[in-house]
Amino acid sequence: MNEDIFEIGGLKLTNRLFTGTGKYADDAVIPGVCEASGSQVITVALRRVDLESDTGNVMDCIPKHMQLLPNTSGARTADEAVRIARLARAMGCGDWIKIEVISDNKYLLPDGYETAKATEILAKEGFVVLPYVNADLYVARACVDAGAAAVMPLGAPIGTNRGLKTREMVRILIDEIDLPIIVDAGIGRPSEACEAMEMGADACLVNTAIATASDPVMMARAFGRAVKAGREAYLSGPGAIHSHAVASSPLTGFLSEG
Amino acid sequence: MSFYPICAEYSAAPLDERFAAISGEDVRRALAKTTLGAEDFFALISPAATPFLEEMAQKASQLTLQHFGRTIQLFTPLYLSNYCANHCVYCGFNALNDIPRTQLEPAQLEEEAKAIAATGLKHLLILTGEARTKASPEYLASCMDVLRKYFPSVSIEIYAMETDEYAALVKSGVDGLTIYQETYDETLYATLHPRGPKKDFRYRLDAPERGCQAGMRVVNVGALLGLGDWRRDAFITGMHGAYLQDRYPNVDISVSLPRMRPHAGEFQPQSIVSDRDMVQTMLAMRIFLPRLGITVSTRESAEFRENILPLGVTKMSAGVSTAVGGHSQDGDKVGQFDISDERSVAEMCAALRERGYQPVFKDWEPITDPEHEGAA
Repeated sequence: MNEDIFEIGGLKLTNRLFTGTGKYADDAVIPGVCEASGSQVITVALRRVDLESDTGNVMDCIPKHMQLLPNTSGARTADEAVRIARLARAMGCGDWIKIEVISDNKYLLPDGYETAKATEILAKEGFVVLPYVNADLYVARACVDAGAAAVMPLGAPIGTNRGLKTREMVRILIDEIDLPIIVDAGIGRPSEACEAMEMGADACLVNTAIATASDPVMMARAFGRAVKAGREAYLSGPGAIHSHAVASSPLTGFLSEG
Repeated sequence: MSFYPICAEYSAAPLDERFAAISGEDVRRALAKTTLGAEDFFALISPAATPFLEEMAQKASQLTLQHFGRTIQLFTPLYLSNYCANHCVYCGFNALNDIPRTQLEPAQLEEEAKAIAATGLKHLLILTGEARTKASPEYLASCMDVLRKYFPSVSIEIYAMETDEYAALVKSGVDGLTIYQETYDETLYATLHPRGPKKDFRYRLDAPERGCQAGMRVVNVGALLGLGDWRRDAFITGMHGAYLQDRYPNVDISVSLPRMRPHAGEFQPQSIVSDRDMVQTMLAMRIFLPRLGITVSTRESAEFRENILPLGVTKMSAGVSTAVGGHSQDGDKVGQFDISDERSVAEMCAALRERGYQPVFKDWEPITDPEHEGAA
């Protein structure tokens, strides 16, 4: 098989698992997570970045080869997301930005309208914009029109580890949207990431399931392998699934007889 | 909109009888649910839930890990002023208490800010007594000019204000409001607050909601457990949190669970809140409102604070002085109350790491726009 390259934002990636930096008992485990999973892209909440700190800065724990994906966690409106993205760029975090606009702290569901608005503004400013959205075709199309580099639909509410609850909607996005689809949020088990990849998702972002595992490094390795397995299954063209045993041609076999 | 009618209804209801009527089966049913209603929360606060503390702890611990990870956000209080017109019978700053009164001048404030910033802390809680002519809204805004330079997140714990006054403070860089009702029992409240502006129960009760409307990002409510019947106050505190969460989904709602501590003055708490009671309260809150911030202060001992780490707490104060000027000035100062956990920030962090928790110093970045100078 030729090398499977995932191209996004002008970058050629050979690994399709994106990781995160939140919820760890100790940020010192992050390099181990990156190495074990093979991940090449890592998201970090700008709100947690503290470049002046001598008491611990999450940025010091991110291996230099990782592509940084700052996120706008804490933004409640498009305007706040835009400001946070600009701050991230001004602080030297690069041009990639994951847009999170959440104005419901109970369920942490993303606001699609505000997200698309922020995407449009930031894409025009040259950011590589990855919007985190509900698995909604209209919102995804709005993000495409707004200049997003990929669309990141949630598998389940963020942090819930509930798995690929939005399976059917994600499938529609995979079929209809011409941008990479990166399943973000809700994936709790490697098998669920594998399923998303098998369906044809281009990548998965996993944070909580790794960070809150008893052994985050081992869980990261498991996710890395699951994403790879799912991708290979997708590329290999799996056979169709049937609900009953299928003989080769029970009804039309006679046509080729004699 | 106001929480007052809901609070009044609970206050008038025979909650003691209802607590007594809760069965173990009610508690089991509440624990089996994914989404809990008021009646389930009530069951978890009731005496019938006390044999279920371990089961509640397992559930609360799992929810806390899922939503907040193995992290504890640290902050410290900075007392700006202890002038006070109120006569709160349980408070060391009571206007009748004969203690030295003082208020930080800008130069002193800068010293305090530097001393706190040197510990690495980034989240600050500023406090005053209730003396509008001294610690005026203008004084607070001028304090923010100093504090913004050192702290990305500043919350206030001061006298109740009008919505537009809160909004002005938000504009000056304040992002959080902490205001305790002390007790939700209006009759008891009247006896505990005999004189001063704080006497107005409803004005204070509605203050958190005014803060939400004014654009505060974090609003923290609470009762001083032990002033009244702790089960009633804990239940209504949770309902207050739920009320605010439902109506202001864009605001992070938190509760504090302070217990009465010794202080200047002679008041003694009516009820003793045991460690078991505190734990039950915290577990019930976490299971009822999984995304709720829960703050535990240095009123609690170091040992207790370490034991409750997995049970629901998300924010802790560290390196605390409850006296004006206590962070940078030497000498015996009179605090608002005596603290129990006297560890330094560094000691506290070492203990958290030892227990497998990450101390989080910074979890907010003021949303300024580099392309357009000034605060958002």
